[in-house]
Amino acid sequence: MADKITAKELKYLHYSKPMRLLFSIWNFIVDIPNKLWHLICAIGRAFKNFGLAVAHEFQDIFLTFKNGDWKTRISFVIMGFGSVARGQVMRGILFLLFEVVFIVYMALWGGAWIVKLSLKNLTPTTTQMVTTTIAGIDMEVETTVYGDNTLQILIYGVLSIVFILCFIYTWRLNVKQNRDAQAILAKGKKLKSGKDDLKSLVDDQFHKTVLALPVLGIVIFTVIPIILMIMIAFTNYDFNHTPPVNMFEWVGWSNFNQLFTWGNGTSTFSATFGELLSWTLIWAFFATFTNYFLGMLVAMMINKKGIKLKKLWRGILVLTIAIPQFISLLYVSKMFSDEGLVNRFLINNGIVSTAIPFWTDPTMARVMVIIINIWVGVPYLMLITTGVLMNIPSDLYESARIDGANPVQQYFKITLPYMFFVTGPYLLTSFTGNMNNFNVIYLLTGGAPYTLSDSAGKTDLLITWLYRLTVTNNDYKTAAVIGIMVFVVVAVISLVVYNVMPSMKNEEDFQ
Amino acid sequence: MKKASSIRRNRIMGNTAIYIILIVMSIVWLIPFVFILLQSFRCENTWMVGYIIPQQWGLDNYINLFTQTSFLQWYKNTLIIACFNAVLQTLMVMMMSYALSRLRFRGRKFLMNAMLVLGMFPGFLTMIILYYVLKGMGLTQDGAVPGLILVYFASSGMGYYVFKGFLDTIPKSLDEAARVDGATRFQVMRKVVLPLSKPIVIYTVLTAFMAPWADYIFASYIAFGTSSGYNVAVGLYSWLTKDMINSNYTLFCAGGVCIAIPITILFMCLQKYYVEGVTGGAVKG
Repeated sequence: MADKITAKELKYLHYSKPMRLLFSIWNFIVDIPNKLWHLICAIGRAFKNFGLAVAHEFQDIFLTFKNGDWKTRISFVIMGFGSVARGQVMRGILFLLFEVVFIVYMALWGGAWIVKLSLKNLTPTTTQMVTTTIAGIDMEVETTVYGDNTLQILIYGVLSIVFILCFIYTWRLNVKQNRDAQAILAKGKKLKSGKDDLKSLVDDQFHKTVLALPVLGIVIFTVIPIILMIMIAFTNYDFNHTPPVNMFEWVGWSNFNQLFTWGNGTSTFSATFGELLSWTLIWAFFATFTNYFLGMLVAMMINKKGIKLKKLWRGILVLTIAIPQFISLLYVSKMFSDEGLVNRFLINNGIVSTAIPFWTDPTMARVMVIIINIWVGVPYLMLITTGVLMNIPSDLYESARIDGANPVQQYFKITLPYMFFVTGPYLLTSFTGNMNNFNVIYLLTGGAPYTLSDSAGKTDLLITWLYRLTVTNNDYKTAAVIGIMVFVVVAVISLVVYNVMPSMKNEEDFQ
Repeated sequence: MKKASSIRRNRIMGNTAIYIILIVMSIVWLIPFVFILLQSFRCENTWMVGYIIPQQWGLDNYINLFTQTSFLQWYKNTLIIACFNAVLQTLMVMMMSYALSRLRFRGRKFLMNAMLVLGMFPGFLTMIILYYVLKGMGLTQDGAVPGLILVYFASSGMGYYVFKGFLDTIPKSLDEAARVDGATRFQVMRKVVLPLSKPIVIYTVLTAFMAPWADYIFASYIAFGTSSGYNVAVGLYSWLTKDMINSNYTLFCAGGVCIAIPITILFMCLQKYYVEGVTGGAVKG
C-alpha cells in the first residue's frame, strides 16, 4: 500500500487537527459528484437486481406450475388446497381463510376505496331539507347529508393497497410451499405437521414470534401513517378543506413549491421556513456542544483526585433528572417572564426600571433557551461522560505525564480525542434529537416572540412550528411538508457525518 | 522543598476553586426546586410577587389542589398510562432487541436500517393520521388514556438501541451451551438471557414509567380540549396560560411538588440501574 500514498495524503499529515477536519469535509464536498454518480449507479444496480429478482420469481412460479402435480396446480387458484391435500391441514386452512377474506373484502369495499383514491368525481356533502314527523307534526328540518370523506378514502385506499401487497406475498408463499412440499415428498421424507409448525415458533422460527407484535405495531402506528402523511403533502388538506364537510384533492408539488419561491419581502413562507431551519440548526449545534463540553467539565471536576463528597455532587445533579422536565421548564419560563419573579425582584429593589425582556426580545430569548437548556442537559451529559472518562486507560495519562505534558495538553491530546472517538455516534443522535427537542422550546417560550409569518416565532424550531400549524391552524398539508423537510435535513446530516467520520476514526485510533 | 510546597499550594488552590464552582453549581441546579417548594406553601395566591419566602404560610394550595381542581383526575390518568406503558413498552423493546441481538434471520439488516430511517421522521408527524383513526375508535378526548397508551407503546420497538447494546454484551456461548443441552430458543430467552439482563429491564421499565409524566406533545393533541383526558403535563400547562396564571400559580407549584416527590423517590432508589443504562447506551450509540 505504501506506494499508493498520494501527494494529497502527504499534505494531510502536515495539517493541524481542525485543518484536518476541514480538509476531510472539503474532500467530502469535492467528492459529492463522484458519490452522486456512485449513488446513481447503485440505484441502477438495485433496479436491475430487482428486475432480475422479479424475473426469477416469475420463472420459478412458471416452473412450479409446469412441474407441479394437480394438487399444486389447483393451489394456484385455491390457496392452501395443496397443503390440505398433503395433510398439512392447519396451514392450508389458514391460507384458504386468508384468500376468502381478501376476496370478500376487495369485492365489497377495497376495490371501491382504491378507485376513489383519485379523489375525483366524489359526492360532496350537502344540506337538504328533510321532512320529519316530530310529535305528530310534519316539520322541515335542515340536515347535513355527508358525502365522501377524503381522509377516510386516503386511509382505506392505502390500507387496501397494503392488503393487496400482503395477498400477493401470501400467494407467492403458498406457491413456494407447494413446490417445497412436492420436493420433500418426492424424496420420500415426511412433511411437517401442524404441531411441528407450532413448535418451531418457539424454536427455529422464534424470531417470528418475538418480532410479530413490535413490527406490527411499527407498521400500523408509524409506517402507514408516514406514508399517508407523505401523500397529504401532495394534497390541499388544510383548514378550508377539512373532511367530512369539505374535501381536499391532489395538488401535486405545489406545497413544496412554496418552499422554494423566493418572493419579494421577508414575510413569505419560504423566508419563514429558511429562518426557522437556520435557527433549528444553530440551536441544535449549541444545545449539543454546550451541554457536551460543560457536562464533561463538570464530570472531570467531580472525578478529580482529592475532591471529596463525590456522591453528593453527583446526587444533586441526578436529582434534577428525576423531576419531570415540564415542571422545572414551566417554572423557569414563568420565573423569567415579564411579570415573573426575577423581573419583579429587580424592579422592586430598584435595580432595573423596566422589565428585562427575557422572552420578548428575539435575541435574548434565543440565548435564554440555550442557557436554560444547559441547565436541563448538563446532568445527563455528566453521567454519560463520567462513564466514558473512567474508561480512558490510565497508562495513557501516565506516559503523557512522564513525557512532561501539562494537564491542558493532556486534555487536548488524550481526553478530547478519546471522548470524540467513543461518543461520536452519541453526538450525532444528540444533534438530531435536539433538532426535534419539542419540550424545551415549547414549554419555555412556546416559540414566542411571534414576529414571523405563518404564525411562526423567533424561537420556534421546525418541530414546534409543525405542532402549532397542526393544532392551532389545522394546516395539515404544510405540517406534512415541514415534517418531510425535517426528515430530509436529518438524513442529509447523518449521511454527511457518517461519511466524514471514518477519516476521523482512522486518525484517532486508540490501541 | 520549596517547589514541593508550591505544588501543594497550587493543588489546594485548585481544589478550593473546584469546590466553590461545585457549590455554586449545586445551588443553581437546586434553586428552582427550592423555589417551587417554598411557593407551594404560599397563601397569597397572586403570582406577580418579587419575593420567595412566603409572607403567609399554609397548606391551602394542597387542600385546594385535591378538593377543587381536576388534579387528582389528571394524576390518576398519568399514573394509569405510566403503569401500562412501563409493562407494555418494556415487553415490546425486549422482544425487538432480543430478536436483533440474539437471533439471526433473513431481513434483519433491512429491519434495522428501516427503523433507522423511520426514526428520522419527526414523531409528531404521524399524529395527524393517528388522531383521526383513534377518534374514530373513541380513543381521544374522554378516551385519551387508552388512546395514549396505544400511541406510546405500539411503535416503541424502534427504541431498541440501549437494550440491544446490553444484550450484545452477554456472551453468546451461554446460548449455545443451553442449545446443546436441548433448550428451545424460547427457553434460552426465558432461562438464560433474561435473568442476566435484570439491570437493563429495570432501566427500561423506569424510563418507560417516567416518560408519560413529562409528555406534552402527544398528550395535548390526543386529549385536545377535554380536561378529563389530560395528563399532568397538559393539565398543569393549562394553569399557566395568561388568563389562568394569576389564580393558579401557587396551585401549579403544589401540583409540581406532588408529582415530583414520588417520582424522585422512585428514581433515586433505582438510580444505579439508570446510570448503567444511560452510560452503556451512549457509548454504543
